[in-house]
Amino acid sequence: MNVQKLKKEWFGNVRGDVMAGMVVALALIPEAIAFSIIAGVDPQVGLYASFCIAVVIAFVGGRPGMISAATGAMALLMVTLVANHGLEYLLAATVLTGILQVIFGFSGLSRLMKFIPRSVMVGFVNSLAILIFIAQIEHFEGESWVMYALVALTLLIIYTFPLISKAIPSTMIAIIVVSAFAIFMGFNVRDVGDMGALPSTLPIFLIPDIPLNFETLAIIFPYALSLTVVGLLESLLTSNIVDDMTDTESNKNKESKGQGYANVVTGFFGGMAGCAMIGQSVINVKSGGSGRLSSLVAGVFLMFLIIILGGLVVQIPMAALAGVMIMVSISTFDWGSIRAMPKIPKSDTIVMVLTVIVVVYTHNLAIGVFAGVLLSMVFFAAKISRVKLTEEEGSDKTTKVYRVQAQLFFASVSEFTKSFDYDKDAEAGIKHIDIDLSESHVWDDSAVEALDKVKSKYKQKDITTGFIGVNKESSRLIEKLDGMISGH
Amino acid sequence: MYKKVLLAADGSENSVRAAEHAMAMVEHEQDSHMDIIFAVDGDKSKSDVLKYGDSNVINSKRKAKLAPIETKLKEKNISYDIHIKHGDPGPTIVKFANEGSYQCVIIGSRGLNQVQTMVLGSVSHKVAKRVQCPVMIVK
Repeated sequence: MNVQKLKKEWFGNVRGDVMAGMVVALALIPEAIAFSIIAGVDPQVGLYASFCIAVVIAFVGGRPGMISAATGAMALLMVTLVANHGLEYLLAATVLTGILQVIFGFSGLSRLMKFIPRSVMVGFVNSLAILIFIAQIEHFEGESWVMYALVALTLLIIYTFPLISKAIPSTMIAIIVVSAFAIFMGFNVRDVGDMGALPSTLPIFLIPDIPLNFETLAIIFPYALSLTVVGLLESLLTSNIVDDMTDTESNKNKESKGQGYANVVTGFFGGMAGCAMIGQSVINVKSGGSGRLSSLVAGVFLMFLIIILGGLVVQIPMAALAGVMIMVSISTFDWGSIRAMPKIPKSDTIVMVLTVIVVVYTHNLAIGVFAGVLLSMVFFAAKISRVKLTEEEGSDKTTKVYRVQAQLFFASVSEFTKSFDYDKDAEAGIKHIDIDLSESHVWDDSAVEALDKVKSKYKQKDITTGFIGVNKESSRLIEKLDGMISGH
Repeated sequence: MYKKVLLAADGSENSVRAAEHAMAMVEHEQDSHMDIIFAVDGDKSKSDVLKYGDSNVINSKRKAKLAPIETKLKEKNISYDIHIKHGDPGPTIVKFANEGSYQCVIIGSRGLNQVQTMVLGSVSHKVAKRVQCPVMIVK
């Protein structure tokens, strides 16, 4: 990395980055608090996380202009860990997540992400949206009409304020107005203060207070692995979106490592694991942010606001936060995927819906992604194992050509051998058959065996066979395996 | 009289209609040239990345959207360039138009009703208001 590039990434767009960073900080505060509540920890854990991650990523991230902080996807994965083992284990899992992500980054494992089909990614964001929405429902339990009215008011302001001005995030306006209204009217509704402590100081370095033994590792490792995969998935997806929005390229392995460093630091400073955020990154770019400075400003300004205004933040009614989260859920959901349903292949829709169902049932995005990938592999194998055979007459009546259009491998061989009509060919007086493989590919030993089988079946009927148009790679495989088979 | 015009298009029906008018303006002129701007906003970026993933696929899909317009331009032998720009359509088109020296900007109107215009905002109105050269809004 040369100095000039570094300088441009940091100071190429100072005004835009500072403005956008401040806008993002305002939009981050309610989300960081709400995601902490989803995870079951004090709001300060999410706020510390958002501060640490945004600041660290500004220096070590691979995608300038992208915003990373505490996120809903990650928070949802932590719920049972926090409930069963407590905050200290979450912090340890956060550090381990970071270490795993750094390993992923160095080993280039993050490239594996490209094997995740689009329909699984769509299922991922859709189920994330649904889970965030479901998580809000509990805030309504046992509440009076005041709660519903305040949530409705929040949503109304969020969706109509942009008509007046787009300079300030409408979520912030909604929160200020609804909080002021609730305090002024003296409504006795639950507020952020009831959900736990808010930070009054900068985070300090602490080693998670856990026994360092195998049992601890056994507890946190599965969580850390899920967090690693989901964190990288959302981060790489977001970086692709920012790449497209800014028409620039970014370094995905550097981003993986950066996410890892950020999570290690966060874990030691009392924050929960996080990753890149699609919504915030879009806000950042739209507000004019494109450099590393915007992420730094977002993190620092967020912490500044919380320390200065902490006394006011605790008075934000939960209704306002729930309203903001419902908006986050609506904008996270990929509505285009519903509209596109009639147009895209059915198998894609099934994979997407299955991913959503598994996630909503298990409350674990990682398991849903895994199930979606498995199912799409099955569909892919089914699609690619289709065999198409066309018959053509040969040079005279006793010869015949079969043109094969197929990928020959373990899944397609049984259909392939069955596609030939051995009896009919014998009755028709055929003496020689050419099998044209120019539009086919022989992939494995079961394919070679199948070719042998076809040959021997015709031999039983006194028909000779020949293969034509075999491509180089396929013939190399056939020769190699034939040598082995006849060598027995 | 029109030798250099800018067409704002996104492949929608309205933009194809606008393209027809734009073509009528330049097709009988010597050395005329049409630039086409396709503005992609943040939400569109998000849904395209989700849908297609790979940036090469995204680019070819976006180009494909303008294919009906391109075929007509080729038929009529009109010289043209396509520019895919990122950002809010209104400001992006205005900036591009004002940076080049065009004799006319042609844009389709989405045909929204009053409520929709209030909520979504009218791109063509914004463009008409802020572009410094003549603007043709095709209904």
